[in-house]
Amino acid sequence: MNINIPTPLRAYTGGEQTVSVPGATVGEALEALTGAYPELRQNLYSAEGKLRSFVNLYLNDDDIRYLPQKEATPVEENDELSIIPSIAGGY
Amino acid sequence: MLKLTYSDYVAVRAHGEQSYPQECCGILLGKVESDGNVVREIVRAGNTRTDSAHNRYHIAPEELIRAQREGRRRGLDIVGFYHSHPDHPAQWSQTDFDEAHWVGCSYVITAVVAGKANITNSFLLTGSNEEDKKFLDEPVEIEVSNAETTQERGEQ
Repeated sequence: MNINIPTPLRAYTGGEQTVSVPGATVGEALEALTGAYPELRQNLYSAEGKLRSFVNLYLNDDDIRYLPQKEATPVEENDELSIIPSIAGGY
Repeated sequence: MLKLTYSDYVAVRAHGEQSYPQECCGILLGKVESDGNVVREIVRAGNTRTDSAHNRYHIAPEELIRAQREGRRRGLDIVGFYHSHPDHPAQWSQTDFDEAHWVGCSYVITAVVAGKANITNSFLLTGSNEEDKKFLDEPVEIEVSNAETTQERGEQ
């Protein structure tokens, strides 16, 4: 499947916007991604190995937090996973 | 350095005025070049923080994905974001900093005072991770085309 890398994380994927990885589930695809680009791991996961709260993962147009199987959701070769850090603020 | 056209600069500020007294927000699409982020298009976004829109903003990830997809189709990247501070200085706040995660991107803030756009500043988020990130004051270069110069003179 293809994983879309947001601008701030491309420093860790050699500038690649989209990375093609193997994997039968979202979790396996992410594992393949961080296996290929280990520096991504600390930007995506906390020291405890949990996905950082500000990192959104969308399988095509669906937030994986709200998919019944979450990271165990099966993926097809032409699926698209987007990593999208949140944008918020104010004063 | 953040570069944007005069019309985009005006549009960002106008969005702040139209949203007043609530915060506006949007996405800057463009290119990362050797001397900074160059904006080619601004994309207005909705502020999902309807519970406290006068002093908070949040862009739905779905809007970011759409903008990223559209940008990719046209060879553009997300290079920054903008929002307004109604009746508050054009300076990043602790909330802005805590919620900033797009390292390398420009965060543009426009102060809107009593409904009128006042100062617009840009801050570049630098660092390599959450632990060492920081905002740097970023110079803003506004590209004025000949047509816009003529129009401005005509308006005076």
